[in-house]
Amino acid sequence: MPEISLPQSVPLTWYLILSAILFTLGVAGFLFRRNVITVFMSIELMLNAVNLSFVTFSYKYKQVDGHIFSFFVMVVAAAEAAVGLAIILTIFKNRQTLEIDEVSSLKN
Amino acid sequence: MVDAILFLLFAAIAVVCAINLVVQTHPISSALSLVGVMGALALIYLQLGGEFIAAAQLIVYAGAIMVLFIFVIMLLNAGKERKLPRRLWVTYAGVPLLAGFIGVAAFVIERMLPPSPGAKFGAMTHGNPQEIGRSLFQVYLLPFEVTSVLILIAILGAVVLASKEVE
Repeated sequence: MPEISLPQSVPLTWYLILSAILFTLGVAGFLFRRNVITVFMSIELMLNAVNLSFVTFSYKYKQVDGHIFSFFVMVVAAAEAAVGLAIILTIFKNRQTLEIDEVSSLKN
Repeated sequence: MVDAILFLLFAAIAVVCAINLVVQTHPISSALSLVGVMGALALIYLQLGGEFIAAAQLIVYAGAIMVLFIFVIMLLNAGKERKLPRRLWVTYAGVPLLAGFIGVAAFVIERMLPPSPGAKFGAMTHGNPQEIGRSLFQVYLLPFEVTSVLILIAILGAVVLASKEVE
């Protein structure tokens, strides 16, 4: 049986790579999904991935500023969710649809 | 050793839930997957010494924001997405392109980051609410106050938008 050697401590690059993977999955959801609520959730996933980078670098430099920044990102995400969901509600009231391809009045 | 195992466990949960979020066609399934991602990330923050951020992640993100999302999904009675034909190159080139992007990002991170000691649980002790509060109310006092104005504007905007009558 091959010996699997795990490091004594977790390299910080692992956290950053996890952050990159989550960010890419968020981009994928943002581009591939057609439901406007799912697109919105993909944006939240991207914000979460960025928060993970902030906290990782905060750990690296042993300073608290990264935590403060990810706290601010959370606050902005909360405000964004409130306004964005209100916009989605208004769109649904006017158009009776959640498909982003059908809401294209601003195109051309 | 234990740190690495725990990290891999939480990272696997986060990645699987994120993939599920992108793949599912029903928004409720996506929302529940997003809660899974946020829970796993909160545990990873805890591992990195971010006690306050882990708690805020659970309360603000997994609690408040996701409840708002699920509330809207229920209110609008959002169903499954309709299947529409995609362009050919999107079907075949999308996933390889994204995998390539992750590969490039991982390579750059691996090469550019200066070597530093790895993360161990308990090595970072600045993430407790006391330190966060001291920094937030001394160094970052002005941004903190500005966010309160931002929240107020967001509340007003949401109320105005949601109460608008359709003619």
